[in-house]
Amino acid sequence: MTLKKTFRLMLVALVLLPAIGHAADWGIDQLMRDLAQTRSGRASFVEKKSIAMLDKPVESSGDLLYTAPDHLEKRTLKPKAESMILDQGTLMIERGRQKHRLQLQDYPELAAFIDSIRSTLAGDRKALERNYRLSLDGTAEHWTLQLLPTDEKMQAVVKRIRIAGVRDEVRSIEITQADGDSSLMLVEKLATTP
Amino acid sequence: MKPAPALRGRTAIALWLAFILACGIIISRSQFTTDLSAFLPRSPTPAQQLLLDQIRDGLASRLILVGIAGADAPTRARLSKQIAQRLRADPAFVSVNNGEPVSVERDRAFLFNNRYLLSPAVMPARFSADGLHAALSDSIDLLASPAGLLVKSLLPRDPTGEMVQLLDQLGSGTRPQMVDRAWASRDGARALMLMQTRASGSDTDAQQRAMAAIRQAFDTAPGATSAAKLVMTGPGVFSVTSRDTIKSQVTRLSILSLALIAALLLLVYRSFAALTLGFVPVISGVLAGVAAVSLGFGAVHGITLGFGTALIGEAVDYSVYLFVQSERGVADQQDWAKRFWPTIRLGVLTSIFGFASLLLSGFPGLAQLGLYAIAGLIAAAAVTRFVLPHLLPGNFRIHDVSAIGRVLAGLVRRAAALRWAAALLLLAACAVLVQHRASLWNDQISSLSPVSQADLALDASLRADMGAPDVRYLVVVSGASRESVLQSAEQVSTVLQTQVDQGELAGFESPSRYLPSIATQRARLASLPAPAEMETRLAQAVRGLPVQAQRFAPFLADVAAARGQPLLQASDLEQTSMAMALDALLIRQDRRWSALLPLTAPDGGINASRIRAALGATGLPNVLFVDMKAESDRLYSGYLHEAILLSLGGLAALVGLLLWVFRSPLRVLRIVVPLAAAVVTVTAGLAVFGQQLIILHLVGLLLVVAVGSNYALFFDRADSAVSPRTLASMLFANLTTVAGFGLLAFSNVSILQAMGVTVAPGVILALIYAAIFAEKTHA
Repeated sequence: MTLKKTFRLMLVALVLLPAIGHAADWGIDQLMRDLAQTRSGRASFVEKKSIAMLDKPVESSGDLLYTAPDHLEKRTLKPKAESMILDQGTLMIERGRQKHRLQLQDYPELAAFIDSIRSTLAGDRKALERNYRLSLDGTAEHWTLQLLPTDEKMQAVVKRIRIAGVRDEVRSIEITQADGDSSLMLVEKLATTP
Repeated sequence: MKPAPALRGRTAIALWLAFILACGIIISRSQFTTDLSAFLPRSPTPAQQLLLDQIRDGLASRLILVGIAGADAPTRARLSKQIAQRLRADPAFVSVNNGEPVSVERDRAFLFNNRYLLSPAVMPARFSADGLHAALSDSIDLLASPAGLLVKSLLPRDPTGEMVQLLDQLGSGTRPQMVDRAWASRDGARALMLMQTRASGSDTDAQQRAMAAIRQAFDTAPGATSAAKLVMTGPGVFSVTSRDTIKSQVTRLSILSLALIAALLLLVYRSFAALTLGFVPVISGVLAGVAAVSLGFGAVHGITLGFGTALIGEAVDYSVYLFVQSERGVADQQDWAKRFWPTIRLGVLTSIFGFASLLLSGFPGLAQLGLYAIAGLIAAAAVTRFVLPHLLPGNFRIHDVSAIGRVLAGLVRRAAALRWAAALLLLAACAVLVQHRASLWNDQISSLSPVSQADLALDASLRADMGAPDVRYLVVVSGASRESVLQSAEQVSTVLQTQVDQGELAGFESPSRYLPSIATQRARLASLPAPAEMETRLAQAVRGLPVQAQRFAPFLADVAAARGQPLLQASDLEQTSMAMALDALLIRQDRRWSALLPLTAPDGGINASRIRAALGATGLPNVLFVDMKAESDRLYSGYLHEAILLSLGGLAALVGLLLWVFRSPLRVLRIVVPLAAAVVTVTAGLAVFGQQLIILHLVGLLLVVAVGSNYALFFDRADSAVSPRTLASMLFANLTTVAGFGLLAFSNVSILQAMGVTVAPGVILALIYAAIFAEKTHA
């Protein structure tokens, strides 16, 4: 019996070995390299936020624009037009006639949070690892990158960020905050230029 | 009865010694400066006064920008933090910023706790049911946006978003990026720090100590490495380096020109006694000049001393004339006094007439030079005439220079042949001047700055990296009390905000942002409804919004507390980074208060007349729009034009003097033509070489006239043909002047250099032109 079991295990191992070998080739580094290939792109998004303060989830949709390495625009069209533009270290939020300009360095938690998205799009592993512990699941075809904040202050805000994608495209970003609030953004690519 | 010659000599020497002693005492008590004080007007307009106050001790004058280059980024950041830590404990520094969040917590707490006093959005309408509804739905939207993360924790206490308003208003400036948790330049190659000294920028000694403290903190930092390099810039740093530069240059140039002139004279005289005695009038002149300036102005500027160095070359002329023209001994000296002294006296007088015009200048720097020149020349000439002959030993002889004189006489006889060539050259020079007439003068005050181009470039690059305030445009509100000034500042802010909304301004600062007027604070608190009323309104406001009124219980409590809150005082800002801003923007002078509102220009620049018109429409008195750069340039170009007019006046006086003495227009013309020709040629030469004239070139031209008038007068002496000895004395005098001023041309302090390049070629030309245009009575 034990022998048989052992044999079976060995068989399974043999069958799986090529796959494991492949997985070893494909890892965070490769994913980052693939993501870094995209120099700029446009995508549409639908985002659903569940906030404890509010009686019901808030849904919004719009476009995302990205230009490597540090220009990211999120243009919300519904329910209210507003835009958020990240350019280098400055975050501009425009809502109606109001404009807010924030220096990310003044808001380290927000910076780390926005950086998680920017760095993933840019394939910047070093930047990600400054604030998060990374783990990768799945295959090159369907992957999920999980980011867990390492900094205590950050942990008080964000519990976990999960970014899922197909090959070199990000498809969804799920953020779970420490207080239980969460958001899920689904992304659909419109056009890319390499 | 005339006293005996020996007695007269002793009296003269005694008087002279007493004079030198008095000068020495005055000088030993004098104050020497190298700062901008020499460039400050005597009777400023309000805008100029403000400019001067800002230059002297405005916030900008107290900033030192520090860069750490070399080594690697983590090392630079570590050094930055270590230096900051050390200097934050140093009372010489009001603040040391390097991006570390030192006072962020305190600042936020201050803003949050006083948000209902500080936020401009707090108005009665905002706390009506409709206003609250709008503010709440806005906040809910914000909550759903990426910045929601920031406001979520604030929402229960601040659902109307006053804190967001305040942060928005205060965080509008650009700041350097962070590398390894410290500021770094945009290219990441430098760590950056911004420090504010307690002492004003014009306190050069204190600035020097502050610089030394920074340098020491850098050198002794635990992370110090030889790979890292420290650079500093800022107005205070500039005054320190200017002082060092001027000091070292003046010292070096004095020594060099003394050595050069001494060598020259030794070559001519071949007698150490003659050399030593020859410097007696020079030293007397220098001492008299410095003492006169010290008495007249209270302080002596470094530039005046530099000018004095060069004047050695002219003062030595008088002794050259005495020694060379009377080389046959004591009897001859009596003869010299009779034959040559009147000519030299006239030369001194013409120089004095030329320089006297500068005394009238509103530009104290220029008036100092004028006084120095006048006192120095009178003293040197008088000592040569009345003291020096008595000091000469009985057997005093200098080397016979008549051989050189005869060669010169030969040259001079043939010089007339060059008249046509000279006329052509003059014509060409005039053509050049006409062609360059628009760009002849540089009327930017920066042209006077002793700061090197390299230092300016470093300053510009650090400033750009830092996003440091460029305080070019300011609105100034003044009044009798803090409250009235703050109230006016609030009204001006409303106007400016409209301009910002229209895109005419990128932004502005105001002290009323940090400390609103009492009236405004009261009005804001009065906008807050009583607790019961507030609760009712809130209940109405949340209708239709995805949120429950109960969640805002902390808000109700805060509003109720705010109603009973004491009003903000300046002292409440202490310990926050806003105290520094308030300090810089709200100034008290004697019994007068001023609020400064610096403007930030949009990309296209500021349309000054538009802003001025908008401010004028408010009808507020005591509101001033100031363009600092235009103001300082206007100040300087005012000086420049005044100086040009005064110089012309001086020339007119000089011509008048000559007319009065000679009573012959033709003769005066013959004296003036070589001088005018030299001035025109030198000016044209400078224009050809692309040197734009600054005020010191003008002083140089006056000197050319002063020195050249001696030559022209010698050539004009009617009694006889110019003797070979006189010619030789003129050549030596010319060479010493060229040596004295020529060295200045190699100075890298622009104002010294300007005098050098004007005077050295100018006096040579004056001598040549005087020879060419001299009347030949002895064909």
